[in-house]
Amino acid sequence: MTPVVAGAAAVYTLRTADDCLVLSHRLAQWSSWAPTLEDDIALTNIALDLLGQARGLYARTAELDGTGRTEDDYAFIRDEREFVNCLLVEQENGDFATTIVRQLLCSTYQLALWQALATSTDEQVAAVASKAVKETSYHRDHATDWTVRLGDGTEESHLRMESALAALWPFTGELFESDAVTSEASAIGLGPDPQALWPEWEGYVSRVLRDATLVVPESSWAPTGGRQGLHTEPFGYMVAEMQHLHRSFPGATW
Amino acid sequence: MNSIDEIRSAAGAIPDPEMPALTIADLGILRDVRVDASGHVDVDITPTYSGCPALDTIREDVERCIRDQGYPDVTVRIVLSPAWTTDWMSEAGRVKLREYGIAPPRQHGFDLTLLTVAVQCPRCESSRTHELAHFGSTQCQAVRQCDGCGETFPHFKEH
Repeated sequence: MTPVVAGAAAVYTLRTADDCLVLSHRLAQWSSWAPTLEDDIALTNIALDLLGQARGLYARTAELDGTGRTEDDYAFIRDEREFVNCLLVEQENGDFATTIVRQLLCSTYQLALWQALATSTDEQVAAVASKAVKETSYHRDHATDWTVRLGDGTEESHLRMESALAALWPFTGELFESDAVTSEASAIGLGPDPQALWPEWEGYVSRVLRDATLVVPESSWAPTGGRQGLHTEPFGYMVAEMQHLHRSFPGATW
Repeated sequence: MNSIDEIRSAAGAIPDPEMPALTIADLGILRDVRVDASGHVDVDITPTYSGCPALDTIREDVERCIRDQGYPDVTVRIVLSPAWTTDWMSEAGRVKLREYGIAPPRQHGFDLTLLTVAVQCPRCESSRTHELAHFGSTQCQAVRQCDGCGETFPHFKEH
């Protein structure tokens, strides 16, 4: 496929931004649908933090790729295949258990990543990351509380958590994959080697799952491809919905 | 034309759009105001949270305020580093928050852990309160309940 942006640094910041935007949109889809008012507010607050993090990184990507694109250009006028987010963030919300498991897996990964990016050689990336560390630790706390409460809850809530975990776990392998882009990013001190984030991620997630009386699933299926723009089926529908207004009324502002 | 101190205090007195009892100076959002020899004004503001939706409004309010001070040439920059912290909130801001019904954030200690003081109920001043929800009506607030008077109240989260 045609490269979306030139240069490994721009691809790296774009990937990180796309993870934030896509997860933000998924969480925003809960607005007015969450099981309690408090969680409607919590999920949309988390979505807002992620949107802010995405904006900071899109702004930096535009400088790195030299195209002068705006944040809206990245969000609204790229096609599905041009998004380079990981597959985990694009998975459908499902029931509340599925969203909580996805939040636990994602926020634990993002917190480890932001902590590493806070010392990035790229000052703007480091600035976005330093703010994001504080925000994401709240996101991880929220997911942790709910994981324990539902996993170690009723028979029904335990079963739902178990099946959510089985469905989402295979997508976590992709988070720690290296390729030419991550190698270049780590060589220039822009971002960490993804594998270096694994021990902390695995340690934290296993601890929480144990507290939640859940077992880490065994899986040999490890889907990948998001970083190359090859997405799972639900993503196309999400992008169509997310971009609908901007595609129908180009340049719309409010 | 007004002096730099006058511009700075005028900009600092702009109310926060989401918590109008507080000014952007009280919250530590206004970071710097500079005027160069040609009369160009640069203003630095910082967001409380990454996606804070009030920031665009604050930027417009600052631009309008500086122009009203007699400086038509103004640039408002959004700076992320160093990251905003509730420790930058002024003492006056904390008092106003409490009067507004929001428990103010506690100060961080030297090691960045929170000083072990209780969050007080802004209504009855009881120190026996507990958190109901991490997230509240804005990104910077949590919801707590007082064990003394039973009322729920917002708490400006330490950040």
